[in-house]
Amino acid sequence: MERIPILKMGEFLLVTIQVDMHDRLALTLQDDLTSQIVKHHAKGVLIDISTLEMVDSFIGRMLGSIAGMARLLDAETVVVGMQPSVAITLVELGLSMQGIRTALDVEKGMAALKVAVLGTREDADDGIDL
Amino acid sequence: MTVSTSESLELRTSEDIVLVRQAVRKKAVALGFGLVDQTKVVTASSELARNMLNYGGGGTVQLEVVQNDRRSGLRLIFEDQGPGIPDIALALKDGYTSGQGMGLGLGGAKRLSHEFEIHSTVGEGTRVSILRWR
Repeated sequence: MERIPILKMGEFLLVTIQVDMHDRLALTLQDDLTSQIVKHHAKGVLIDISTLEMVDSFIGRMLGSIAGMARLLDAETVVVGMQPSVAITLVELGLSMQGIRTALDVEKGMAALKVAVLGTREDADDGIDL
Repeated sequence: MTVSTSESLELRTSEDIVLVRQAVRKKAVALGFGLVDQTKVVTASSELARNMLNYGGGGTVQLEVVQNDRRSGLRLIFEDQGPGIPDIALALKDGYTSGQGMGLGLGGAKRLSHEFEIHSTVGEGTRVSILRWR
């Protein structure tokens, strides 16, 4: 079955969505991510959508669900790289993506995850080297 | 307004939604739509295609390149033989859904288009037409 690969990097999981996802593939990603968070005790999830040319309400809802499920599993989610045309369209569509943390690129997203996850710990200085 | 080219696609599975998006993108690019306009019309098509699949049991999508004396545009007609929509005003309202969606499909597609028409007869089906000018 077709799947979107999930990479593990320290305490974080990385996903780059590079294909125009059909609905089932999006739901599979949602399931895979939640089980990987538990399996690896991941503290953060970074989803790179920079190559996505379109986000409709289904994909938007999927991203929101992932963030919500991850939060319940004690992990933070950051969605990075949204194209400006996608952002404009999403707002006009009526999807504000509330509750989803975003960053402009992977680097800034990683920094945000580190602050969110490690910043609350006493050993924050021992952060992961990437 | 004249129709210069027309193409029809069948929509039966959720994979077909991706094919509709790709076909719409291709037409929008060929018409010289800017990136934001392309994204808007592709996103609107995705919403309407999914609606038609989830609530109308699938159907056909007609892609038409239209022209008037001043400009050209892309018209998309979604037609199903599903149960129809009893209350169109309610269905157009944001947040209203009879299924599991977010209730943004019809209203969102309308906002992303320059022209929007919907006709529905209970027991016969629904026809939604959107147009985006270049």
